[in-house]
Amino acid sequence: MSLFYFIAFLSIFFAVMVITTKNPVHSVLYLVITFFTFTVHYILLNAQFLAVVNFIVYMGAIMVLFLFVLMLLNLNKETEPMKSVLVKAIGTIAGMCLLVTIAGSVKVLEVSNPVVLKNPEIGLVDNLGKVLFKEFLLPFEISSILLLTAMVGAVLLAKKEPKDI
Amino acid sequence: METAFIIEKFVLITIVFVLTLVIAMYSTLAERKVAGFMQDRNGPDRAGPFGILQPLADGGKFFFKEEIIPAGAHKSLFIAGPTIAIITACISSAVIPWGQQLTIGDRVIDLQVADINVGILYVFGVIALGVYGIMLGGWASNNKFSLMGAIRAASQSISYEIAMGLSIIALLMVTQTLSIKDIVAQQSGFVNWNIWVQPLGFIIFVTCAFAECNRVPFDLPECETELVGGYHTEYSSMKLGLYMFSEYINMFVSSAVMSALYFGGYNFPFMNDLGLSQNWITIIGVLAFFLKIFAFIFFFMWIRWTLPRFRYDQLMNLGWKILIPLAIANIVLTGIITLIKDTYW
Repeated sequence: MSLFYFIAFLSIFFAVMVITTKNPVHSVLYLVITFFTFTVHYILLNAQFLAVVNFIVYMGAIMVLFLFVLMLLNLNKETEPMKSVLVKAIGTIAGMCLLVTIAGSVKVLEVSNPVVLKNPEIGLVDNLGKVLFKEFLLPFEISSILLLTAMVGAVLLAKKEPKDI
Repeated sequence: METAFIIEKFVLITIVFVLTLVIAMYSTLAERKVAGFMQDRNGPDRAGPFGILQPLADGGKFFFKEEIIPAGAHKSLFIAGPTIAIITACISSAVIPWGQQLTIGDRVIDLQVADINVGILYVFGVIALGVYGIMLGGWASNNKFSLMGAIRAASQSISYEIAMGLSIIALLMVTQTLSIKDIVAQQSGFVNWNIWVQPLGFIIFVTCAFAECNRVPFDLPECETELVGGYHTEYSSMKLGLYMFSEYINMFVSSAVMSALYFGGYNFPFMNDLGLSQNWITIIGVLAFFLKIFAFIFFFMWIRWTLPRFRYDQLMNLGWKILIPLAIANIVLTGIITLIKDTYW
């Protein structure tokens, strides 16, 4: 349990670092470390497949693309637009409202009696596969169609318009 | 029991680590010797008999060179780049089974550091992490050529990771497991090697492995004719050495993964008919595994001195328009054949 609190502390610490550092490349690197602590959380939950997929997809692919874009943009402190006091005030109020909402919903959840899994090995890859392809086949297929749609949309957006029109 | 287990794993990790470093070290010599062989000349032969002290001389030279961190560079990330590159290269060999069990007294020792049930995915994850070393180093150098090299490395590795993952899916449909230990154990003898059932998948995998290791013909991140030295233009001394070293370690590990996944790992022909004791079969198996790895390393070098480098658009076309459709076709084909086999045999 103390290990969990330590990792949870690290997650929150690095997540705060993501939004407080000035340099965007540092932000992305802190985000990578935050995702790494999530991977450790999944391993603590005995969800090895989820852990390694989180590792590959988020740390290995998505964050590399983030870093890629940021390196091309080459953002500096000078190019960062100055935000007006009004925007800052609105941001603070909105953030506080979100915090109150989250705190309220967590209180309703009754964290003090956690759900005990019937099968602690549910996160291993063969159990997960059986559940996904037997019990939840329809939602799984539908989410794959959703991903396909997103992919087609991305290709369409990236495609250049033919010049002769 | 617990301490014995820790000592056993510690010894195994040390052996694997030292072997990895020594093999990577001698790969640099082998590369130049193979180049000499291909180009009908001798290669390095001055340091010691047949030049076998050459890697030591190179290493010593790297340590004594002046270390320069450019004034405009981002210092901490400049140092982090080669560090990440070498660490990720070294930890990727943790899940490879080097042999079967050795029995010493009444202890049975598994010749594998960690048998996790998502072994292949672990290797993928670590490989995917390795690109951070190159990207950070290239960006932190604050040099246009380095940045271009870093960006090329990132887009190349992401593009080829997709085809690599798809080629592995077809293999997993045959093996039914993600654990490398089980995959190798299934390929006992000679006729059960996965190369016989997944030839297309193997070709795709090899091509992607070349791209992931940044080896010729995919070494565009360090393309010296266009980008001076690519991502390591600003690096000197041992930091440059670590980048080069991590490339050779990656080559060794990917050779090991390829021989484990497709060429039977520690299995060798007629292993069950020789009538030898288990320990002898294990020892011969480890030797056979290393023989396969060295054959693959030679193959890497052979390609390097045979093929010219791709142009960047050719590289992207090969990855996205040829390898990915081929890999998907391979998955469908494997699925159909498995279904027919299960229904009618």
